[in-house]
Amino acid sequence: MKFAIQVNEGPYQHQAADSAYFFAKAALEKGHEIFRIFFYHDGVNNATRLTTPPQDDRNVVERWAELGGHYDLDMVVCVAAAQRRGVVDEGEAQRNGKDATNIHPRFRISGLGQLVEAAIQSDRLVVFGD
Amino acid sequence: MSETIKNFLYLNRKAPYGTIYAWESLEVVLIGAAFDQDVSLAFVDDGVFQLTKNQHTSAVGMKNFSPTYAALGDYEVKKVFVEKESLEERGLSLDDLQHLTWEDEDEDWAEKDSIHLVTRAEMAAIMDGADVVFSF
Repeated sequence: MKFAIQVNEGPYQHQAADSAYFFAKAALEKGHEIFRIFFYHDGVNNATRLTTPPQDDRNVVERWAELGGHYDLDMVVCVAAAQRRGVVDEGEAQRNGKDATNIHPRFRISGLGQLVEAAIQSDRLVVFGD
Repeated sequence: MSETIKNFLYLNRKAPYGTIYAWESLEVVLIGAAFDQDVSLAFVDDGVFQLTKNQHTSAVGMKNFSPTYAALGDYEVKKVFVEKESLEERGLSLDDLQHLTWEDEDEDWAEKDSIHLVTRAEMAAIMDGADVVFSF
């Protein structure tokens, strides 16, 4: 089956980010396809490479990045949600006059159309959040 | 953009200003309108507060986005389902909600009501019939 996944909550604050990861990993290991993972609302915070959790805790961002690298996943951060919350790539930094970037290179910033397209192209959209 | 037409249901469950879900849901609806899908909106639980009229947000320092709902008809959003029990549980009735309409080009642009009051059981059937449920 072809899945689209929407992650609506930030890491550590909410288990939704963990649940989405475990769902994606399990689906991929079973041979399913993931068309795209779309990070929305506070979910955009899953994409900041500056995350530094305590050493005895899981690293949610790195975990996404490893899964994404292993399966070549398309992991998209909503641009409007990211701008509100200060998740920035090179292009956004230049456009908005910011002095830094923080997005992990495994993720990319794009528009909400990517979520709608993913819902159209996939057999199932699975939403993780409150 | 795409040949596929799916039945999209945007499910709104939260009050409008306590969290950002309501506003960011509306942003998806507006962007999604460009994809020419068969779109419905549903309002359940505290989500019914999103449609109330006379919202004033200056005291909480947030943008009042409630006028945007009145523009949904222009985005070809014609089906807005509001759960009757959710309204009643909160002491609300249809009179407390904005009057949302769309214009039917097949009937000389007659103005028609967008909001349909449905029971919880009917809402369950609407969700069941959707190809995609965006849950906010």
